[in-house]
Amino acid sequence: MRVLMFGWEFPPLISGGLGTACYGMTKHLAEEGEEVIFVLPKAPESLHRPGYQVLSASEIPAHSEEDTHPLPPGVQVWAMNAALIPYTQEHEYKTLIEQHQQSTTSKADSEASIISLSGHYAHNLFEEVQRFAEIGWRLGVRPQYDIIHAHDWMTFPAAIAAKQRSGKPLVTHVHATEFDRTGDHPNQAIVAIEQEGLTQADRVIAVSHRTKHTLIERYGLREEKIDVVHNGIDPQCLVDPATIHKGFREKLVIFVGRITLQKGPEYFLQAAARVLSKDPQIRFVMCGAGDMLPRMIEQAAALRIQHRFHFTGFLRGEALDRLYGMADLFVMSSVSEPFGLTPFEALRYQVPVIVSKQTGAAELLPTAIQVDFWDIHAMAQMILEFCNDTDFARSMRRDEVSTLQRMSWREVAHKLQHIYRRLVLT
Amino acid sequence: MTRICFYFQVHQPFRLRKDYDFFNIGHSPYYEDTVNNRAIMRKVAEKCYLPMNRLLLELIHRWQGRFRVSFSISGVCLEQFQLYAPDVLASFQELVKTGCVELLGETYYHSLASVYSPKEFSRQIELHRQTLEDLFDYRAQVFRNTELIYSDSIAQQIEGLGFRGIIAEGVDRILDWRSPNFLYQPAPCHRLALFLKNYQLSDDLAFRFSNRDWPSWPLSASTYASWLHQVAGNGEIVNLFMDYETFGEHQWAETGIFEFMRALPDFVFRHPDFHFVTPSEALEQLQPIAKLSFPHYVSWADLDRDLSAWVGNPLQDAAMERVYALEDKVLRLNDPNILHVWRKLQTSDHFYYMCTKWFSDGDVHKYFNPYHTPFDAHIIHSNVLSDFETRLESSLFSGQSPQSQLRPSLTP
Repeated sequence: MRVLMFGWEFPPLISGGLGTACYGMTKHLAEEGEEVIFVLPKAPESLHRPGYQVLSASEIPAHSEEDTHPLPPGVQVWAMNAALIPYTQEHEYKTLIEQHQQSTTSKADSEASIISLSGHYAHNLFEEVQRFAEIGWRLGVRPQYDIIHAHDWMTFPAAIAAKQRSGKPLVTHVHATEFDRTGDHPNQAIVAIEQEGLTQADRVIAVSHRTKHTLIERYGLREEKIDVVHNGIDPQCLVDPATIHKGFREKLVIFVGRITLQKGPEYFLQAAARVLSKDPQIRFVMCGAGDMLPRMIEQAAALRIQHRFHFTGFLRGEALDRLYGMADLFVMSSVSEPFGLTPFEALRYQVPVIVSKQTGAAELLPTAIQVDFWDIHAMAQMILEFCNDTDFARSMRRDEVSTLQRMSWREVAHKLQHIYRRLVLT
Repeated sequence: MTRICFYFQVHQPFRLRKDYDFFNIGHSPYYEDTVNNRAIMRKVAEKCYLPMNRLLLELIHRWQGRFRVSFSISGVCLEQFQLYAPDVLASFQELVKTGCVELLGETYYHSLASVYSPKEFSRQIELHRQTLEDLFDYRAQVFRNTELIYSDSIAQQIEGLGFRGIIAEGVDRILDWRSPNFLYQPAPCHRLALFLKNYQLSDDLAFRFSNRDWPSWPLSASTYASWLHQVAGNGEIVNLFMDYETFGEHQWAETGIFEFMRALPDFVFRHPDFHFVTPSEALEQLQPIAKLSFPHYVSWADLDRDLSAWVGNPLQDAAMERVYALEDKVLRLNDPNILHVWRKLQTSDHFYYMCTKWFSDGDVHKYFNPYHTPFDAHIIHSNVLSDFETRLESSLFSGQSPQSQLRPSLTP
């Protein structure tokens, strides 16, 4: 079967979990014998769009991750320069596709600002989404695929256009809703696009039961239309844990995620301040970038905990794995997390995790310590217990790590294949 | 008679590595951006220090002692001359030898120790005094605090250390109706004299000289000399204090700043009542005309002329407090290397980079900021401090020689 997949990020152009998930899915679909054409937009590098809510993946300075994310055979990546499309004649289009059949990587700025990656939507994102839809429309003529699969709202207009022109069935995959991202203050234009994508879809995939529930409650979707497919995890460690050495004696508690409202960074920071008032021999790291990062840095300074509370900016690949390898405890304080990949990434390095109850990840970690994101006192208490009771930490870790074995991408690929076949054969 | 007193601040900080991230904590004692520090020193040497020193030497010889200037050169800058620009150091030594150049005292580390630790303040002044003696065989009489940070209490301490004069900004809110063109005395002092910067005439050169929107652009030496001459009869001394980098670096050679300075003494001398002096010469000739009280800190920075370029936001306050909180621990170890590293972390520039006042002054901050944002500057300084604290703890606990652990400043 041939799958036309629309995405917003793909390694090495990633800003978060979405690109990693798309990679896991396409790689294992390909291994199971399916063909995948993965289409994503590529914004001109010079485009500067301050002040809005998510960067398109292509703006993230890429560095060579070809080794850690080799392109699987059977997967083609087309990074489309969406900005050019409206001015292009139909006959030029073929050439354009050929030119962009590989995602290009730009040189990384090793000294980029710690707060330069806003982790937020781009300024003219709607325009970009619309241009991307034109690509979908063009890909709808003489379709060489059997099914369309779209990841999150930015790609829905493109996928809908492809479906309308080609008549092929559409699967929309919801990794996060606007309600998750904004903490119940949604941008109605985005909700409308989400709604349209969900309505037009022949099947909807939710990354967790939590998300399925949101789709039913907030978008009025019928329960029967939704399949829950939890993400998988690539169990491979990029860094040999034996080579990782912490430069200090204190226990290390980490937060990894975009520094945005959705991820609840301020609850982690406040819990850390409480922990430090009781036990100063613990260090914390907040890893990530986003619009709230300057405020977090300022708060850490104002609370006078900056000697124990560190910021790394945005990390990925080996650098991120090195951080996981150094950690003694991982905390996810998300306000609303449809799935949440990072706790499982931490578990690869045998790092026990605390997750907020408001995450899809909690569904897969029934034995993990769970806490309401707003309950900074309970969060602080648990961090202290973890750091001071090694037996407790060890047993938690054993239980949690076993979860990883049940989370293979191959299993995810099987579920997708099943969903595809049902649609194509009916 | 009216005197013109030129004083130039010469300073370059040891800037920290922009890539000193979390992963370096506990692993790397190499804090400084040696490559960048060397490059900046060489660039400024070629554009400013060497050509301007040459010009001043030429003027001193041409006017046979009638043209005179003064400098304060921070210890960290003198150290970088020795490392990266021995030619610049030699040219300053040559200038001092003419006898027409005065050197002022200050803190070796260009720090805010005057505000945070009076004891550390006098130790850093002593270190600078020693350095001037070693390099120039010179004993400073007049004091210039970091970026003209000044208050009554600072003046009192400086008098106690035996200085005869001190320099400050001629702040409007203190001077009110008074003129900066006289010698004053700090309110709590009895021997110390106070020189106040004439910011109008100083900033004409330091900031406005190349500004094409300024009605007086392009400024000629004869026009400027005529402005100075207007002081005749209602002032005894015009204090023109500015960054030395004004010449060739802030105002590029292309703006004509060198030609302007070459021509200036000639035009100044066309009025028979005008002379150039250095601060200690002025002290021989003038008496303070009144006492003046500065109950709060002032400086020459930004429009605010206070400490808000270096302290006041949480990033700056937290970093500053953290550095000075280490004082007892560092002194207890009494290791010259550790002391040196700790003191370099006090250099005011680190805190200047963390300033979040963005508007008109922010532009100046941005220009001098090697980091992308004040937040980056804070994080890097904080990471470095974390590493330093870690090393400090382990040498305090183990009692082993810290030298083996902490080789400061220079990358291998």
